[in-house]
Amino acid sequence: MLSRVANSIYWLGRYLERSENYARFIDVNFNLMQDLPVDLKEQWHPLIAATGDLELYESKCKGYERNQVLFFLGFDPENPNSMLSTIKNARENARVIRENLNKETWEKTNELYYMMQEGLERKVWKKEDPRPFFEKVKNQILLIYGIADSNVARTEGWYFRQLGQYLERADKTSRILDVKYHILLPSDQEVGTPLDFLHWMALLKSVTAFNTYRRLYGNIDSACVVEFLVLNKYFPRSIYHCIKEAEKCLHNISGNLGGGYMNSAEKAMGELRSRMEFAEVGEIIGFGLHEYLDNLQLKINGVSNLVDSNFFTIRDNHTLQTQSQSQS
Amino acid sequence: MKTEGYNAGEHYDEMLSGDGKIREHYYEFYQHLKKTSSRKMNQLQHSANQTQRSMGMTFNVYHDNQGMEKILHLDIIPRIIPNSEWQKLEAGLKQRTQALNLFLQDIYNDRKILKDGIVPSDLILKSKDYLEPCIGLSPPKGIWCHITGTDLVKSKDGEYYILEDNLRCPSGVSYMLESREIIKRVYPDIFNKKGVMPVSNYPTKLLRMLQNLSDKPKPIVGVLTPGIYNSAYYEHSYLALQMGVELVNGIDLIVENKRVYMQTTKGLQQIDVLYRRIDDTFLDPKTFNPESMLGVPGLFEAYKAGNIALANAPGTGVADDKAVYAYVPKIINYYLDEEPILKNVPTYLCREEEERQFVLDHIEELVVKETNAAGGYGMLIGPKATAEEHAKFRDLVMNNPTNYIAQPTLSLSTVPTLTDEGISGRHVDLRPYILYGQEIEVIPGALTRVALKKGSLVVNSSQGGGSKDTWVLY
Repeated sequence: MLSRVANSIYWLGRYLERSENYARFIDVNFNLMQDLPVDLKEQWHPLIAATGDLELYESKCKGYERNQVLFFLGFDPENPNSMLSTIKNARENARVIRENLNKETWEKTNELYYMMQEGLERKVWKKEDPRPFFEKVKNQILLIYGIADSNVARTEGWYFRQLGQYLERADKTSRILDVKYHILLPSDQEVGTPLDFLHWMALLKSVTAFNTYRRLYGNIDSACVVEFLVLNKYFPRSIYHCIKEAEKCLHNISGNLGGGYMNSAEKAMGELRSRMEFAEVGEIIGFGLHEYLDNLQLKINGVSNLVDSNFFTIRDNHTLQTQSQSQS
Repeated sequence: MKTEGYNAGEHYDEMLSGDGKIREHYYEFYQHLKKTSSRKMNQLQHSANQTQRSMGMTFNVYHDNQGMEKILHLDIIPRIIPNSEWQKLEAGLKQRTQALNLFLQDIYNDRKILKDGIVPSDLILKSKDYLEPCIGLSPPKGIWCHITGTDLVKSKDGEYYILEDNLRCPSGVSYMLESREIIKRVYPDIFNKKGVMPVSNYPTKLLRMLQNLSDKPKPIVGVLTPGIYNSAYYEHSYLALQMGVELVNGIDLIVENKRVYMQTTKGLQQIDVLYRRIDDTFLDPKTFNPESMLGVPGLFEAYKAGNIALANAPGTGVADDKAVYAYVPKIINYYLDEEPILKNVPTYLCREEEERQFVLDHIEELVVKETNAAGGYGMLIGPKATAEEHAKFRDLVMNNPTNYIAQPTLSLSTVPTLTDEGISGRHVDLRPYILYGQEIEVIPGALTRVALKKGSLVVNSSQGGGSKDTWVLY
């Protein structure tokens, strides 16, 4: 497969996953705000903090009024990580490698793009309840996954997209979990109160994990939620699971059947995976959840850079022409 | 749908004959049109537009900042060509392609036609499209123009006239293919009833033609595109997808030891045949335009060494020049010893003094074209232009006569078209596609371009033209 094409497929996977997660972020916060007691103000600040774009936001806007935040996360063309931007990027990547995609994947991705354009025209962020729109977007992305799942041959291209998707998802699950860190409780005494529970529940629901969690753990408990979303071996949105699957993708790409590693990307990924495999939730909380997640995000970025240098960098036949895309 | 108001006007109409009768080959379609409500027709048109948008059937317009991607409007009323008419077209196009190919081989090698004084030497040898690096070259299997998309129009007399021979990798074939798929959904039952020849095997034929250019048992084929900002990018990726070959940019390729390689995730892989959609002089900055960032340094050397086949061969542009066009009937005669089957439009060469004077005196009645422009740019339609424009073109012609030709204004035929005011006639041209592989083959279909503005003769997509599906009947 052409290096340039592999690069685009990988980023197609990342951008789609990123937009899907943003739709989830927005939905969960919206639900959460509805459950807050009347004397607590709506909190949209934590959401932006979790995406890592707080600086950009503050350079553009004052205050954290709902509509403003929704615009920033959903439709702001100046925010490179807004859904509008990432979906546009996903489509651009799809467009340059269209000959490698099946017709339906391309068409649904293209429709997704127009869906966002329409949302922009209709100023969806100002609607009383914008959730149906974000739900529609999320479903369209899930449809694209579904089409791929049942139609795409499991060859190199498939694994590059999966690789992008899992790395992005690992990053985003860590950020969703981090939202909790940024949400302010009225006082320390509130830890373990119904309000605290509400937050954890909303968080689980945002990654469609609530029911699975319930079955496994029963009661809502912060350590258990962390264990579930970071270390669970079977839940497809847990960070460990994403890293494990991403590693498998790398092995499939290089044809590594014997385990260990065959290139620097596999080495870094294998190291990260094994550390997580043997980690205990107590250690994570002892280390500080926010710090742990921060560190994890850096490691994931590191792996992504190694994927780039191992597979996507091409020798220049004219002058230097690098194609770099925004990490997150 | 109301059809009573439809009339042919003063032009040749493809559906109505001069006495207002429905031509036989349109009969079934006309019946269908009559019993379909205009509401229904508009709905069908709307859903065709939606499908195009979903498919991303877009092209980019140069010099237009508003919305890079545009959709080429597809009018749902087809242009229908009866088989008898098609047979003549087919024979004429084969003849023309064969002659032009022999001409190219000759002017880059023995130059017999120039020595015999049939075509003036300086017209060829001084043309900027006559590529010196190609002198003495014979491309694989002696084929220069593998893919041709000839433009024709039908005039008042009901005869087809050749307007242009497009030998430089013409675009539009993806519209012919995709439009057919859309239109099949619009008229599910008529296709069978009428017997419309299929076009869908074009990609298979194209692939076979490209593979034929290499002697390897399983040659690796690719489509070379200038990239996503090219106006025909959609088509490049569409054709690569349909043929199941790689779509490559210049930056994907690298030349080593006069061999061309693709840069893949598993290292370098040799490529044998390129259907290149990059202009000749941008192919290789080492041989041609050193500024080109689109091409591949060293590509031409690899081509000369016979390690990569290029379709079309570099150098074909000199033969579809609008001044050379005037000589094509003589070219056919010279190489094949046959009379041309298809007519040329009478052409005045401004490089010849007498003809130039005629052009300057009659500029109001003529169409003046740059010998070297495409896409409807750099041309004057005398009867539709203002006095200032006439004056401007007189100056242009006098200052640089070799750069211009003129032709009488042709009356383009009309085809019923769905417009805001119901069904109304709009002018069309015709671009069939010809493949030159083991033999010459004309694909039984075409891109019909339609000038959507009432009375307009400019059918170019970049200037408000649309398209129609073209049915060639069995």
